Amino acid sequence: MAEATAAIHGEHEETSTGLNNRKLLMWAFLGSDCMFFGTLIATYVVYQGKSLKGPFPIDVFNIPITSVSTFVLLMSSMSMVLAYAALRQGNVKSFRIWIFSTAFLGMTFLGFQVFEFRDFVHEGLTLKTNLFGTTFFTLTGLHGAHVTLGVIWLLSLGFHSFKGGITPDKHLDVDLAALYWHFVDVVWIIIFTVVYLFGVFPGIN
Amino acid sequence: MAQESGTEAQGAAVHSGHPTPFTYFKVAMTLSIITAVEVGIFYIEDLGKGIIPILVVLSAAKFALVAMFYMHLRYDSRIFTGMFVGGIALAISVTLAILGLFQFFV
Repeated sequence: MAEATAAIHGEHEETSTGLNNRKLLMWAFLGSDCMFFGTLIATYVVYQGKSLKGPFPIDVFNIPITSVSTFVLLMSSMSMVLAYAALRQGNVKSFRIWIFSTAFLGMTFLGFQVFEFRDFVHEGLTLKTNLFGTTFFTLTGLHGAHVTLGVIWLLSLGFHSFKGGITPDKHLDVDLAALYWHFVDVVWIIIFTVVYLFGVFPGIN
Repeated sequence: MAQESGTEAQGAAVHSGHPTPFTYFKVAMTLSIITAVEVGIFYIEDLGKGIIPILVVLSAAKFALVAMFYMHLRYDSRIFTGMFVGGIALAISVTLAILGLFQFFV
């Protein structure tokens, strides 16, 4: 089934694996990025509850607001995959609508993050306040940097399509961006649970 | 030329076995419901540390749904799945090693 699918997509290439090398490279990158975020999450967990002075997670986290931003990022994954599906079906106009929607949702998520960071700084939590501040801002800040890069990538694909640079037969260009975008989404799924929900649940801390 | 390639792509989409937009929508709704359940469970204080396995399972379910349907691992070559799962396995190993090194489990 998977092989038949790949054959139809034209993804069987004359390479040693029979797969497109660009896509293989993207998956290798995503695999390595798992380790990158794995170490950052581990560092956050190791130092959780070890800060000598506040503010602590329970003082600053606002779960309802973060839940909304999580929902926004999940919806951006849906619009991303719909952009890809539209392009594969040859509907470039629909592709543009969905890709710009995805970028907009990504920017909305970043807006939530900027609002949250600003709020935390007002509460007295900075990168150097305590162990919580250092590990939290490093982890979520680097995730935010990934989202920012993703938004730039999506916007460039959207604008490139107006110049005829993105056509149905070049769907791999969009597929690679989509993989990156979904990866950013799954990393946030972990961060939301480990950092936010575990961070302030009364039964744990 | 562009029209031809568009028609070819449309034909490929029909026969490719990739999910339909409605399937993508259903996955998105499932992800939203799981997130709502996570947040709902979060407010049940009586669960104590019992919340940890529940939230881990729910997060893993969301992770798997995105990877299988949105990242198309369910329909793509298993080599891609191997590379991604290999990275995740290494990440989990590194995480457990760091936690062990800092006596997190003691």
